[in-house]
Amino acid sequence: MAKVKAQKKAGSTDMTAMCDVAFLLLTFFILTATAKVPSPITVDTPSSTNKTKLEAEKLVTITVGTGDQNVFFDLKDRGVREKMLELMAEKYSQKFTEEEKQQFLFMESFGVPVEGLAQLVKMKISERNEPGVQTGIPFDSINNQLSDWINAARQANVELNPNGEELIFALKGDAKLQYPKIRKIMDILQDNKVNTFDLVTGLRDKDY
Amino acid sequence: MAELNTGGGGGKKGSGKVRSKKQNTKVDLTAMVDLAFLLITFFMLTTTLSKPQVMDLTLPKKDDPDEVKTDMKVDERRTLTVILGANNEIQWFHGLLNNPIAGPKQDTYGGNGVRKKVLQLMQEVPQLTGDPKKGLIVIIKPTKKSTYRNLVDILDEMAISGVETSAIVNDITKEELALLKNPS
Repeated sequence: MAKVKAQKKAGSTDMTAMCDVAFLLLTFFILTATAKVPSPITVDTPSSTNKTKLEAEKLVTITVGTGDQNVFFDLKDRGVREKMLELMAEKYSQKFTEEEKQQFLFMESFGVPVEGLAQLVKMKISERNEPGVQTGIPFDSINNQLSDWINAARQANVELNPNGEELIFALKGDAKLQYPKIRKIMDILQDNKVNTFDLVTGLRDKDY
Repeated sequence: MAELNTGGGGGKKGSGKVRSKKQNTKVDLTAMVDLAFLLITFFMLTTTLSKPQVMDLTLPKKDDPDEVKTDMKVDERRTLTVILGANNEIQWFHGLLNNPIAGPKQDTYGGNGVRKKVLQLMQEVPQLTGDPKKGLIVIIKPTKKSTYRNLVDILDEMAISGVETSAIVNDITKEELALLKNPS
């Protein structure tokens, strides 16, 4: 008896096209992804049910940590950032070389008084984030540099884009912050005529 | 098809023509595709997740000293005052403190706490005033001992319950402070 063998078909599909698509998408996502940068302080933000995502180029982030000062300033837009530094340097009669300016543009959030900024810019990234290097921007009533930074940022934005969109301010505070401190920061923002800003929060469920 | 054509190792053997053997080398791309999709998933998730969530907050314009102040009178039946104290404590009362409609009562944050009262008042207040446009007004009074988390929690509570009008007020009277267990 002749056995009829079931013919075995090799189940090989053409993967080439799929592979192409997959890698194309991969490339796209890698290129659009923004690398997470180490920040000088870690902040544990409170959670909310709000799902609005923060996506703006012209974003000023003020990070407020626990502790005495610990206020950090960040502005993403490079052009506005450069202009802002010029305005601040003028106000506090500081001199920045061209190289220092370039370094400043590529820096993330900073938290030093403007007098120590030139020194901070010269450091390596790993050195900048060491504890004790950046203590925060002063914001007391005698030396309110935070207010000046906000003011300079807004002014720089208006000068560069007279009819453009306004800066968006985001406040990233630690959940354990005492109310008076965050109130103070909000007051400073309001003194600079920033009445609308975003509070950065984590995500949580509605039925908590 | 992903095929690699490798020239067969022909050569002459003896006499006569020997056809060069064509070898078909298929490369299995399955593993590569798997890997690519894994990476895609990773990058997709991390890019969207790295954008922080935000809560929009608009504060009223600061008082201009030159501006003429016009006090707006608000029906006391519409107001719910929420005082944020230390250690996640909440005290609320409906109406005026010396003549409250409900409360003052101690409460907690979240669905089993202050939200119940807020939702209840959301229903009741338009009936009390007889005008659906005149809904509940929540006055949030954070004390010095409250934390930023408390503030965000209560603002979130407003967003969840859909309270249209709420205000953060910073002047707290002595009587209101006395309600708290840990007055500052």
